[in-house]
Formats: sequence, structure tokens, C-alpha cells
Amino acid sequence: MPTISVGRDRLFAALGRTYTQEEFEDLCFSFGIELDDVTTEKAIVRKEKHLEAEEDVDEDEEVIYKIEVPANRYDLLCLEGLAQALRVFCEWQQIPTYKLADVSKDAMLKMHVKPETSQIRPYIVCAVLRGITFDKARYNSFIDLQDKLHQNICRRRTLVAIGTHDLDTLKGPFTYEALPPSSVNFTPLKQERSFRADELMEFYKSDLKLKKFLHIIEDSPVFPVIYDRNRTVLSLPPIINGAHSAITLETKNVFIECTATDLTKAKIVLNTMVTTFSEYCANKFVIEPVEVVYPDGKSHIYPDLSIYNMEVSLPYVNGLIGVSLEAEEVTKLLNRMQLHAKQSTSDNKQAKFVVSVPPTRSDILHPCDVMEDVAIAYGFNAIKDKAIVDNKGSKRLAASLKLLPLNELSDLIRKEVAMVGFTEVLTFILCSKKENFAMLNRKDDTSKAVIIGNPRSSDFEAVRTSLMPGILKTVAHNKDHPKPIKIFEVGDISVLDDNNDVGAKNLRQLAALYCGANAGFEVVHGLVDRVMEKNGVPFVSSGDKSGYYIERSDEPEFLAGRQARIIYKGKHIGTFGIVHPEVSVIPEIVILIVLNNFDIPDPCSFVELNIESLL
Amino acid sequence: MAEEAILGYLQHTEEIKDSGEFAAERNIDHNEIVNVIKSLHGFRYVDAEDIKRETWVLTDEGKTYTATGSPEFQLFNAIPPEGIPKDELQKKLDPSVFKIGCAQAAKNKWVEMGKQLVTRKVQNVDDKVKGLLLQIQQGQGIGSDDIKALKARKLIVPQTWKGYSVRKGPNYAPKRKQVVTDLTRENFQSGEWKELEFKEYNYSAKGAPLEGGHLHPLLKVRAQLKQIFLCMGFEEMPTNNFVESSFWNFDALFQPQQHPARDSHDTFFLDAPSTTKRLPEDYVERVKQIHETGGYESRGYVYDWKREEANKNLLRTHTTAVSSRMLYQLAQKPFAPKKYFSIDRVFRNEAVDRTHLAEFHQIEGLVCDRGLTLCDLIGVLHDFFSHLGMTKLKFKPAYNPYTEPSMEIFSYHEGFKKWVEVGNSGMFRPEMLRPMGLPEDVQVIAWGLSLERPTMILYGIDNIRDLFGPKVDLGLIKKNSICRLGIN
Repeated sequence: MPTISVGRDRLFAALGRTYTQEEFEDLCFSFGIELDDVTTEKAIVRKEKHLEAEEDVDEDEEVIYKIEVPANRYDLLCLEGLAQALRVFCEWQQIPTYKLADVSKDAMLKMHVKPETSQIRPYIVCAVLRGITFDKARYNSFIDLQDKLHQNICRRRTLVAIGTHDLDTLKGPFTYEALPPSSVNFTPLKQERSFRADELMEFYKSDLKLKKFLHIIEDSPVFPVIYDRNRTVLSLPPIINGAHSAITLETKNVFIECTATDLTKAKIVLNTMVTTFSEYCANKFVIEPVEVVYPDGKSHIYPDLSIYNMEVSLPYVNGLIGVSLEAEEVTKLLNRMQLHAKQSTSDNKQAKFVVSVPPTRSDILHPCDVMEDVAIAYGFNAIKDKAIVDNKGSKRLAASLKLLPLNELSDLIRKEVAMVGFTEVLTFILCSKKENFAMLNRKDDTSKAVIIGNPRSSDFEAVRTSLMPGILKTVAHNKDHPKPIKIFEVGDISVLDDNNDVGAKNLRQLAALYCGANAGFEVVHGLVDRVMEKNGVPFVSSGDKSGYYIERSDEPEFLAGRQARIIYKGKHIGTFGIVHPEVSVIPEIVILIVLNNFDIPDPCSFVELNIESLL
Repeated sequence: MAEEAILGYLQHTEEIKDSGEFAAERNIDHNEIVNVIKSLHGFRYVDAEDIKRETWVLTDEGKTYTATGSPEFQLFNAIPPEGIPKDELQKKLDPSVFKIGCAQAAKNKWVEMGKQLVTRKVQNVDDKVKGLLLQIQQGQGIGSDDIKALKARKLIVPQTWKGYSVRKGPNYAPKRKQVVTDLTRENFQSGEWKELEFKEYNYSAKGAPLEGGHLHPLLKVRAQLKQIFLCMGFEEMPTNNFVESSFWNFDALFQPQQHPARDSHDTFFLDAPSTTKRLPEDYVERVKQIHETGGYESRGYVYDWKREEANKNLLRTHTTAVSSRMLYQLAQKPFAPKKYFSIDRVFRNEAVDRTHLAEFHQIEGLVCDRGLTLCDLIGVLHDFFSHLGMTKLKFKPAYNPYTEPSMEIFSYHEGFKKWVEVGNSGMFRPEMLRPMGLPEDVQVIAWGLSLERPTMILYGIDNIRDLFGPKVDLGLIKKNSICRLGIN
């Protein structure tokens, strides 16, 4: 969920009243946003620098509200949009109607798209905010909104990048081109001198903020670039704007361009920018359009502020929420969510609405989204009181109720193993390759293990193919525990399996360990016998397929001569033995878990067997 | 012997004034006397009062000299009447004895440290130091100047001496009765038990520690939650598949391919097996359609849906991946309502801290039936959380790509005196259900929460590593109380 920071006093001014923190939290809660933190500019700086709170906290410091908004509500990513949504929700403001300025096609600014752009960033949409009045706070909010959009819907500028310009420094028509980096020269924002585009990329490699966007175009033979009529560079999207057209507090006319690899998102971004800030234009809520002309002659006029009409029926809304609201009530509730609804049939019970989805509400995809807005405006907690009385959901009986055999058997075996004196542990499924193989004296077997491609640390390189590393680590961390230690785990491992759709499958394993003054090989052997006995499996002689027997094995993780394979109905289902001293004294684990030189100082025996075979 | 002495003495005399003197007079070790007094006091044969005295005891060095004599005395004796060269004298003695002996003997003016020979200055000397040390060892007092001198030579150190004065107690008897702590087989079979007197039981101490097996705390909570689900008529979903394709984990849930959750920052993608081998093709086509162009009254997300993205394998980020498979299977048969649950491991490639790990357990419940409403969802949640002892709930609108409406569930925590988030819930979107082939009037209501968080609140654990993983203290697992969720 994105979080936005807004000045509390500015927000309250925009809402036209003040709130106590608790009142404001209640308002947020019912609207579906959350007051995440209350802080001040200075406190944020202190936190970033990891400084202690200063003694002399300035009383006059502006209080900042950090507010968490839903990830699909781009219209709430700045104070202007948020305040407007809340005003409408509280019925203090009508739903605004956004209009395109009445400009003749000839007078309209034009953006010509060159064919080469299709190789790197094929789309562009533009608009103009005329006669805007900035002040310090509005200006900052305008910049912050671009940042928030870049972070969220624009997926860190990969999908869409926004450029804003002082139109009075430029001369249309504009061209959107894609040129070899060596042929683009301009002075970028915040720099004094002109750079060649390829040099600029090199220069920004040391720029903390910009270096993370370089990869988007770095390897392309051509870079996207926007020029005006006089070949002034507006921007090198998605990296940086030109210094020439930078907006300032005095800027009156703002030219906005969004270049993109995803046209739908570019339109949403442009609409979000222009609708929220057209509030400050000389003609409130009026936006001047720009014509984008593609090489094939097709032209589009942006922003696309068209209203999407969605038909929603009253029985649908009532039926899904589980209420019986009147048509008029629903219309009123939808108004509070910025959705204009018009009743299209007069029959009250079967009423249908045409809901006008404004350009600000790109999150409304389906009538179910409209239904949700009715429920939010009505109040989830108002529904609650009714729901508890006539809830059917949990009283509906499923057609049949079956237990899952594997999970039931696992639980039964867990209880048996605990009853013979073993204590259950629960360890991680993710492990390092080293723990899973080398530390157990095993070879790194690529034909077996599920390997993670993007681990954050070596602790998460693989999915365990045995419960052994987790159990041994548990002993290592509990070496002060009174001996003998008797622990067990029932859990899943994963192994590659071509027969399964995804190419891997889980196996349910039982593992147990004994650790004490002696290795207790016979104790784990006894546990194997007990588990088999409790599963009604007879001990049979070697080769007999009617029960289980054990035979000599030769696994590297166990000591030679004190290890055995468990053969159940002719199938090898597990192994037990004295843990090889080279395994139990695991100096490497030390480095991974704690930083002093520890090992497991006592002998151990370990058993692991597959319990799915016993189903 | 000590016991007889004490009880016998008190038979005729009112009081033992000082256990130290009493011991010395009878040549009994004082420690033994003290132990007996404590024991007799325990049974109230005697009353005892503490006596404390500052006394001096010999250091190890001091004790040695009581046997060997002081170093100066040893040195003096090593000098023959005719005198001896210094280096030869040194050879005759232990180095420390020689060193200390020289200094002390010279100080006492016993010897002359001549240039050629060391000679006696006097004919006979008295080893006063040894005498003083012996006196202290026997508990006799010596003069304060002597104390000072011995202390300076680190031959004695002060010690607080503890003893008792003893009188008859309420249960006094000249001879102690036979008492036992437990009934033995011999006593039991011989009939001796009739004569036995039990030692007063220590009612303030705990009983003997017991050995045995124990179940893991988190899994005890899991067991109770499973019971609650079963009581509510929910059936368990098979969740034993950690590896999942992006398709079932995301695409089938109408989660767009550019959604942040699908970033490598949040999800573990796999090198092996890197992609899925099979997907149901006709269903994949319908999912592609709904993402790209919409359908079933939806506008869709309007972007180029890529099959390669859907094929990518990952470690499931939620058990809802299993729910999507189950619902798809349900849609392939004539519709029958279902109530499903699961509690199993999920994986997130996120930074780990005190409350977050890269893997945790997700609890999920869902009801699939015709005509379900938001009211039903709230009702089911109320039922479920009431079983967990949470009766005060409120709901906050939220966003989730595959549910609409989506609600965060908050419960009022009486201990913390505030509302805490306890889970997420919603009604699955038609864009998820319809491409599966479920009938139009079928709704699915679902909710989810982690198993770790309520367990940590329940057992007052504030670091998740103390609950789950190899660093958990086995002692805590053994001591952990039973989980009473669902039986309140």
C-alpha cells in the first residue's frame, strides 16, 4: 500500500474543518485509508539520519500525517485528490466535472511521434494546464505526486514516465523521437552544462536517485527524446527533463507529457495529474488538450477524459451486499464515492442505474466495484450489525466433509512420537545449498532440489530436500539444554518431479534425533519400530514385502556400520544412523547462525522417513 | 554423634550458648554440628538463633606453615653453626621460602647476611609465627599487633563465622524419631509403614521435574484452529505443494502481471524448476482475455498479457494459489457448494525482522455458494473470530486485486486497549470466478490471517524467532501451555 505524507493543517484547511486525531482516524477507517503515522518534517530527517530525538522540539513544526491509501486509487496519491475525495464522501462538495478546453483543432498543440520510438518506448500522451497558480505547498505536492505515480503505477518509470514543463519557455509543435545517444545533446535539470546523452548516462551512474532508472534504456541503440520546434530538448524519458523548460513557482502554463510502454497506464497517469491539479487553474477543472499524431497519420487527442458508463442493477447491488436499499439511497451513496448514478428504469425494485465512472476512478472495472462503493458508503460496520443476525454463510453446510488423509495421519504420528518422549520442533523450509548438501557430507544434487533464483541471502537458496539441516541447527542452538535431547519434526520437503504440472512435488517426512552422552542409535531404531508398530506394520525378514525390515546402508551423513535403510513393502522409505561426526561438528553452521565458534559437542543419532508411504 | 550430643546436652541443660565452643569442646567438626542443628530445627526439636562473629582463618600459605614452620624458621635451621655461602643456602630451600625467609630472618635479627657467608646471629630461635597460626587454627584469640602482622603477610584472612545458640524446641525429644520422605516397597511390604513418621513436606517447593515428549506451540494452535474450522463445517484443502506457477498464484486471481507483488522483491522465483510444464489451455485463454480485454461485464486491465510471465514458477506467496486450483476443479463439475480451509506454509522474499520471516503459516477459509452476500462474509467472520475469543470486530475497506469488496478485519484487544488488525477478507471478483467456469450467481467469500501473529499475541512472544525456526529454545517448547482456543 502506498503511503503519502501531507501537512495536517493544509489537509484540514482543504477539508474546511479540523479534527482530533481520533476523529480523523475514524473518518479514514470508514473510507478505507489509514492514518499510519503522525510526525514532523524534522522528525523524519532525524529518523533518516538515525539521530536521537532532540530535546527542544519546536512547537511550531508542521505536523505531517502519513496516510496509507489503497494501491489502486491513484487519485488519492496527493493532498488535492485525497481532500477532494473526502469532501465528496462527507457530502461537502459535488462531484467535479472535468472538461477539455474549447480549442480548435488548428490551434491545438501537437506532438508528432517518430517511427523509431516504437523500438524503445512507443507511446506518448500530453496535456496542458493553463493559468495554474502555484505556491510553495502546491508546487511541492505537484512534484510529490509525480514521484508517487512513478513509484507505483509507473513501476519505477518502466511502464510510464512523466515530464512536466513550463510551456512558456517552449514553442510547439513538439516531436517525440528516438535517436542514437551520441546525437542527443542538452543541459539536464539541475546541471549547469550540456551533456551528450551517452555521457549523461555515465554521469548518472553515481547519482543515487537516477541510477536505478538507467537500465530502462541503457542498452538500447536509440534513446527516446522530446524536442520542441526549436530543437530544445524537453526531456530524455524516462531519465531526466531538460533544464530549459523546468517549472518554477512562477510557471503559469504547464505542459505535461507521459511516455510509456503501456498506453492504458499512461492515460491513467496523465488523467491523475491533470484532474487533481486543474483545481488550481484559472478555469477550474478545465484541461487543454494536445493532439498526438503518429507516423501512420492516426491522431489522438489527450487527455481522454471520457466517462465510462457502466450499467448496474439494484438487485445486483442489494443481492451481493445482502441488504435491501432503495434506488434513491443507492444513488446518494454512490455520489459520496464520486460516482454519478442515473436510474434508467422507473421500477423501484428492479431499478437499473447507469453509473458514470469519471476519469479519476480507473479502479472501477466491473459492477462489483460499484457494489463495493455502495457498501463502503453505507458502512461495513453498519452492515455488520445486520449480518450477525441473519448470517447464512457459516450455517450453509458443505455437501460433504472429508478429512485429508495425509494431514490426519501426520497428526496421529506426531502425537505418537511425542508420547514416546520426543519434543516437536518446527524449522524452516528454506535453507542454503551448503546446509542442504555440503554440510551433510552430501553431493550438491541438482537433479533433486528446488532452487530459488532470486534469494535475498544465502539462507534462502533452496527448498530443503531433508529435515536434517533444520533439526541439526536446532540442536546446535540448544547445546546447553539438558541431555539427552530428543526432538522430532513432521513436515514437507520438496523434490523435482517431472510428472507434476509445476515440475516439483512435496513429500511429507518424519525426522527425529537423539543426542546425549552416547549416540543412542538403538533409541532411534526403537522409534522406527514404534512408528511401524503403531501403523500396524509387522517387522519381517529381509526381502519380505508384507512389512518392514532394515538393512545395512552406506550414506555419507551417517557413520559407517551404524546406519540402516528402512524398507517398507519392498520400498526404501527412510534411513537412520549415528550422525557422522564430520556432520555433527559443523563449523560452517557457526558462521551462518551465530558468530562464535560452536559445534554440536555430543554424539547424535538421526532418523528420517517418508510417511506418505504409510498412507 | 553430633545429634546425640546436642539432644543429650539439652536434656539437662537449658541452652547451648555457642555451637562453636560446643563443637570444640567435644572435638566435633563445627560444620557437622551446624547441619544437625538445621535439621533438628526443621523438625522443631530445637530452636536455634544465629550467632555471627568476625574471625580469622588461615590462608593456604598460612596452613602450610603450621606444618613446615615459618620460612624464617626453616631458613634459620638450614644454616649450620659455621655459616654457609648464600648460593648454597639458596639451593637447600624452596625459592619462595628462601626469599621470604631471608627477609623475615633478617628483620628478626636472627641471621647475618655476610658477604661470603650467611651466619646465625643467635643460637636458638622460637617459631612464633607458627605458634600464632596454630592458635588461630584452633579458634583461640591472639593480640591485635600479631593479627596485623599475619594479615600483612597474607597468612590469615577475615571470615564471618556463623554458629547458633540452641534451646529445646516444641517437639524436643532426647532421641529423634525415624522419619521418611516416601513410602518404600520394603516399608510397604513389611508393614513398617504403620510406625513411620513422614518428614514435614515442603509445600512451597515444586515437585520433581518430569520427562516426556511435547508438541510444538505453533502446531498446538494450528490444531485448535483446525478444530474450529471442522466445527464450522469446513473441509481441509490439500496444500502440500510449495512450488507453484505464477499462473495459479497470480494470473488466475486476476492479479495483473505488473502488480508489485509479482516483483522479485516480494516473491521467490525459481531456477529449478523454472517454469511450469502444463496449464489448462482453454482456461489460460479465458484468463488472458479477462486481463487483456475484460469480459463478464468487466473492462479488464487492458495490457498485453504474457504467457511467459504466467509460466514462471515460484514458491507460493499465499495458500490462495491452492484455493484457485480447488475452485477451478469445482467449476469443472456440476456446481455443489463448498466450505474450504487450509493452514500451511507460504513464502515471501521480504526483509526479515522481529515479526516477519521469509516463511510463515497462512490460515485461509472460504465459502463457495450461490447468492452469498457481504453480510454472509461478515457473519462467517464473526462466527470464526468468536471461536477465537474475539467478539468485538470492525471492518475497514481495503484493496486486494482479487476481492471486491475487500475488508481488513480489526479486533479490539482488551489487553492492549486498542484495535488490532487480525486478518483480511473479501468476496472473490467475478473476473477470477467466471473464467473458471463457475455459474454467474456463485459467490466466494474468503478470509485469511497468519498463524504466527495470533500465536505470538496468545503466548506473549514478541520475537517470531522465539516461536518458529531452529533458534527456538527447547525448554520453552516443553514449558508452553496448552492452547485453549475454541474451548472458551
